[in-house]
Amino acid sequence: MTKNKTFLGVPVARPKVGFFELSSCEGCQLQLLNNEATLLDFLSLVEIVRFREGMKEASDEYEIAFVEGSVTRADEEERLKNIREKARIVVALGSCACFGGVNQLKNRFHDLEWVKKEVYGSFPIETQEVKPLSAVIKVDLEIYGCPIKKEEVERIVTALVLGEEIHHPQYPVCMECKARENICLFDLGEPCLGPVTRAGCDAWCPSNRLGCWGCRGPAPEANLTRLQIIMAERGISQERMIDRLECFGGFAGFVADIRVKKEEAK
Amino acid sequence: MLFKVFPVGELIRLFEILSADRIVGPVKKGEDQHGHSLYDFDVVHDFAELRLDYTQTIHSAKNYFLPYREDLCTFTFQDAAGAGGDETGGSGDGQGRPNAAGARDGGSGDWQKEVDYGVYAPLVLFGLHPCDINALNKLDKVLLGGRYPNPFYGEKRANMFIVGHSCNPQPFCFCKSMGTDSAIRGFDLFLTRMDDLYFAEVLSSRAFHLLEQIDCREPDSREHRRYLNEMAVKESLFVAHVDTSDLTKILDLEFQAPVWKEWGEKCLSCGTCAQVCPTCYCYGVEEHVDMDLNHGRKEKKLYSCNLLDFAVVAGGHNFRPESHTRLKYRYYHKHRGFVEAFEESLCVGCGRCGQSCLARITVPEVIASVRASK
Repeated sequence: MTKNKTFLGVPVARPKVGFFELSSCEGCQLQLLNNEATLLDFLSLVEIVRFREGMKEASDEYEIAFVEGSVTRADEEERLKNIREKARIVVALGSCACFGGVNQLKNRFHDLEWVKKEVYGSFPIETQEVKPLSAVIKVDLEIYGCPIKKEEVERIVTALVLGEEIHHPQYPVCMECKARENICLFDLGEPCLGPVTRAGCDAWCPSNRLGCWGCRGPAPEANLTRLQIIMAERGISQERMIDRLECFGGFAGFVADIRVKKEEAK
Repeated sequence: MLFKVFPVGELIRLFEILSADRIVGPVKKGEDQHGHSLYDFDVVHDFAELRLDYTQTIHSAKNYFLPYREDLCTFTFQDAAGAGGDETGGSGDGQGRPNAAGARDGGSGDWQKEVDYGVYAPLVLFGLHPCDINALNKLDKVLLGGRYPNPFYGEKRANMFIVGHSCNPQPFCFCKSMGTDSAIRGFDLFLTRMDDLYFAEVLSSRAFHLLEQIDCREPDSREHRRYLNEMAVKESLFVAHVDTSDLTKILDLEFQAPVWKEWGEKCLSCGTCAQVCPTCYCYGVEEHVDMDLNHGRKEKKLYSCNLLDFAVVAGGHNFRPESHTRLKYRYYHKHRGFVEAFEESLCVGCGRCGQSCLARITVPEVIASVRASK
């Protein structure tokens, strides 16, 4: 397993890889361990030098750093900057790292002292406004999803090792949902963010009859104006739509726009 | 064409004889929030599941002859030592596959290419409406009629038995405007329900011999009239229309019409229309290398001209970055380019795109708005 790999007769370097977690559930890393069928291939492609969920050893010698989670404390900012200095490639792994994720929901209250009191009572805890990795350091690659889809990570890691270009789908989830011949969630009276959310998940949630919550963030050129009309036409309240758009942070900009317009309308 | 009639009760026998092969037909997939039945094509194991009274399926039967995803070929890479990727030896690729002659790069690594057309058993499409049969006829022209026939599509078409069935025109159906409301070829057997009888049009010898195995007879002149009457009733039920007269010229004249922008603003660029369309055949190809670095594949995925990067070329330039341009070209391909090439439209008027479009963009409305442009 530690032998050097070749591809079409050309030796392929086996990069040293580290996995890190900031504020998150560490579920994305767990996803990587979940697919036992391909785990050995994964391990033969990269040399994992640090992975808290899978090994005791921890080295600071790595070329690629996969960082899960969002930045919510000053020490996390320092840790992240430190990782950036050591790694040649920093990959934001999952929606928390890319957009702030579920953690960033607290940002909407604009009063962190109140949030802290509500959640933790008098327990002393340090917390700041949630930021995605890209607000602190330069991120080379983002892997979206809550959780990430392991097949996609495997495809991306293979491309990284072979030095190939990495492409994310430019189209929304509807495209993949139709390819799976699902019944449209809107026909069932359910809200769904599939028409505006970046695909790549193979319509994971809609295929299980759960409307999309937008965990992968907006597709480029997402038509949010039309989404609002679609929701309104079907009697889905704006608050319900905003709840969804806000959940993972990918649509933060759009939500802020909607709120500004709402304030102006008042 | 030969005509036969048989009692409705005989249909199950026909189904059972055909069920030696895989049968795909309309089945009920669920109900919408208002309690209306939703249909789709699926493999039918039991005659009772077959819903020949279906209105329209959400998706076309495309997945069975032009799949959304299909591997064009797979590769096995083998190094000089015969080792599957590990420099220090091993025993082939571990799957006992031989080296293919003629598929070598001449260097230290050999590779073998495998092509699988994905046809393992004959397929019976049972209950296609005329629009979907005509869709197949149109696809045949593009995919089989040119200089380079598509073998993936051709293999599937060659192993197909098609039983057509008369339809129930829906408010969104505009096949009549497209001349696709009846099928004169492209099926083996076409059934029109006349109360207690099926009026059968027989186009292939296989269909003829099939009917010999059930209780079937020649129709008499009274039944001829009944059949024509059924056709007249069906024709009276169409309410949606598209004016196609001089449409190719009008589309050329209205290339800059402001209505395109209005439709473009509505469009979600989600590709739903193309995915549910029975004739959209555009695709993209992606290459994947497996994580073991011993295998790779070239995957074809149906794509849509409405998707943002449809017209991105090498170097990154996007010829159609605006959604209204992409939407316009979709209409130009269906109603102008294809007509100029094949003297018929690529649209069969099934209305699925408009039904599935969350932005409520429908072909009759778009074309009417372009015709009315000032």
